[in-house]
Amino acid sequence: MAENDKIIDEVVANDYKYGFTTNIEQEFAAVGLSEDTVRFISAKKNEPEWMLEWRLKAYKAWLKMEQPKWQNVHFPNIDFQSIIYYAAQKKKKVINSLDDVDPEIRATYDKLGIPIQEQKLLAGVAVDYVMDSESVITTFRESLKEKGIIFCSISEAIREQPELVKQYLGSVVPQRDNYYAALNSAVFSDGSFVFIPKGVRCPMELSTYFRINAENTGQFERTLIIAEEGSYVSYLEGCTAPMRDENQLHAAVVELVTLDNAEIKYSTVQNWYPGDKEGKGGIYNFVTKRGMCKGKNSKISWTQVETGSAITWKYPSCILKGDNSIGEFYSVAVTNNYQQADTGTKMIHIGKNTKSRIVSKGISAGKSQNSYRGQVQVHKTADNAYNSSQCDSLLIGDKCGAHTFPYLEIKNMTGKVEHEATTSKIGEDLLFYCNQRGLTNEEAVSMIINGYCKEVFKQLPMEFMVEAQKLLSISLEGSVG
Amino acid sequence: MLSIKNLNVGIAEKQILRDFNLEIKPGEIHAIMGPNGTGKSTLASTLAGKEDYEVLSGEVSFNGKNLLEMSADERAREGVFLAFQYPVEIPGVSTTNFMKAAVNAKRKHNGLEPMDAKDFLKLMKEKLALVEMNKEFTSRSINEGFSGGEKKRNEIFQMAMLEPTLCLLDETDSGLDIDALRIVANGVNQLKNKDRSFLIITHYQRLLNYIVPDYVHVMYGGKIVKSGGKELALKLEEQGYDWIKEENSELV
Ligand SMILES: Nc1ncnc2c1ncn2[C@@H]1O[C@H](COP(=O)(O)OP(=O)(O)OP(=O)(O)O)[C@@H](O)[C@H]1O
Ligand SMILES: [Mg+2]
Repeated sequence: MAENDKIIDEVVANDYKYGFTTNIEQEFAAVGLSEDTVRFISAKKNEPEWMLEWRLKAYKAWLKMEQPKWQNVHFPNIDFQSIIYYAAQKKKKVINSLDDVDPEIRATYDKLGIPIQEQKLLAGVAVDYVMDSESVITTFRESLKEKGIIFCSISEAIREQPELVKQYLGSVVPQRDNYYAALNSAVFSDGSFVFIPKGVRCPMELSTYFRINAENTGQFERTLIIAEEGSYVSYLEGCTAPMRDENQLHAAVVELVTLDNAEIKYSTVQNWYPGDKEGKGGIYNFVTKRGMCKGKNSKISWTQVETGSAITWKYPSCILKGDNSIGEFYSVAVTNNYQQADTGTKMIHIGKNTKSRIVSKGISAGKSQNSYRGQVQVHKTADNAYNSSQCDSLLIGDKCGAHTFPYLEIKNMTGKVEHEATTSKIGEDLLFYCNQRGLTNEEAVSMIINGYCKEVFKQLPMEFMVEAQKLLSISLEGSVG
Repeated sequence: MLSIKNLNVGIAEKQILRDFNLEIKPGEIHAIMGPNGTGKSTLASTLAGKEDYEVLSGEVSFNGKNLLEMSADERAREGVFLAFQYPVEIPGVSTTNFMKAAVNAKRKHNGLEPMDAKDFLKLMKEKLALVEMNKEFTSRSINEGFSGGEKKRNEIFQMAMLEPTLCLLDETDSGLDIDALRIVANGVNQLKNKDRSFLIITHYQRLLNYIVPDYVHVMYGGKIVKSGGKELALKLEEQGYDWIKEENSELV
């Protein structure tokens, strides 16, 4: 309890330092994780009894599980009893103008070409922030509501859409799925809920909204997206701007469900703080993302551009249950300095004539390690399944590593599985050749990278594609020369 | 336009160029011949600014500027072009995109706006015709899967695109069939003008039947040991390098 008080003191003192005069009510869960913590979180969120029970079930499962060790990453043991699992109002430090923002971060915003207004939101500049985002959200919500689309926080959905949440939460990623998913299920703070009703095509990318609201979703984020028969939605998560966070461990869970003829396109740009050049600090990003093509002819497509975090492990996957359903995974994962990434996908073919496509582009620079791990399962029932996998690795310099771990489990031989892998290197001769044509090392690397990642980039919504390209160049700045 | 004075260059603790001297005036074509391993590529790479090569002493001025102070990419933007003896492959980057980046880097250097897409395509078409290259090549990844001769032709195409003032050709004729040789030589001849100079490294007199040099130099032991006109190349073709080696036995 003394420890807890100390932390509260610190936070209050910090707020004071940044000019707070009014007392802001802060409420924290006790440090560490126990059944009480779970009850506390659930109570704080005014959750119904069934939700509490759901969380407790996850907590009990988690207690019996062990931290997975099979990934090709290395980090000190995480002390789960030293984490605060709930803070009612995590105040960002409030800044009065963009001039007060860390010049390094501002330079990055400028390089990314982020509009001033948005820069303010990202940096947490106080001016107009609340008013601005609220008016945007209101208009936005109105137009979605007209079409019967529900787009709200998961906490709100638990209170207002209990039947949908009960039916689908944990239906793709069960509480006991894996260690971090269990942890997330027990203590998730918030996240997004999307429901697209039958036959509706969501008229906009669910992105701008999210970006503005990406603040404070916390370290255990929970997202659930349901696309009913014949509906379509494109959802964008994350942000190209560098995201700093005091929480070292992030363990999100994302579940997608498509019914007959529905499609979900889920794009992620992840740029969490990777730690400094020596590899200190930085976020551990352990995510469980899975989509279920439940209905026939449905489609789930994951696109990710991963440049941040000290350690990333995530395997956005598709369960292709409905006949003729399609799963896709397009990924660019960049590691630089001391970053480690172990990422890939799982395509699980269950229905007949199911198809999956994997395009993975790993880029390693500095002393980083980049692993691709892909699994293709073709079950007995999956007649005529088809998978094509393309896994490419690009090495910049000679101190980094790239690893590819493909796993195949084929129990039905009527289909076809194709796997192709390449490794290329940006070495001195290549750079000199480009220099000789007038390009700087940075221009050369960015040109090569954009060529190399084209197939993935073109899956991204237009404005995000441009930002993602710039982001990659920035992430790799100083990696050569 | 290019003046090399007492240039000494080493690589990996080993001295290659020794008190190398050469003057090239605008519009001149110089050919350099010489036995394997005498430092011809070293000369070309040093002029282009490859960092592995260590300049021990000497001066190189290019259009009145100190070339040795510039980085490789700066030299290129200033108008130095090297057609590589062994062009590299660039995965995932088409010749079109590569050239777009290169042409615009140079334009930026000269204070010009990037070229608009239409003009660029027109320029490409014109220069492709110069080396009789098929448009299909420009959409493939640079040099990936190109035959030896195609790679060399692609170098000349790039040279034509970038309109350099100093063109260094390192054995561009090696590995070319007879038709390709004629095409490449033709390309060079069309690019020749009063401001553009060429330094052509070759092992074969044959090329010089098509591209008529103003001077032929023989390199041996890291320096020029003999200079003359076109007839010097003919003599080398007939007699080989033995007489050169004998005359300069003290160099090795
Ligand atoms: N990286 C290196 N390390 C050590 N020695 C090198 C290196 N690069 C070149 N050399 C040596 O420098 C000398 C000159 O090489 P260079 O390539 O300039 O010769 P060249 O005249 O172009 O020969 P060729 O006619 O065969 O192309 C050779 O003896 C070569 O082995
Ligand atoms: Mg050579």
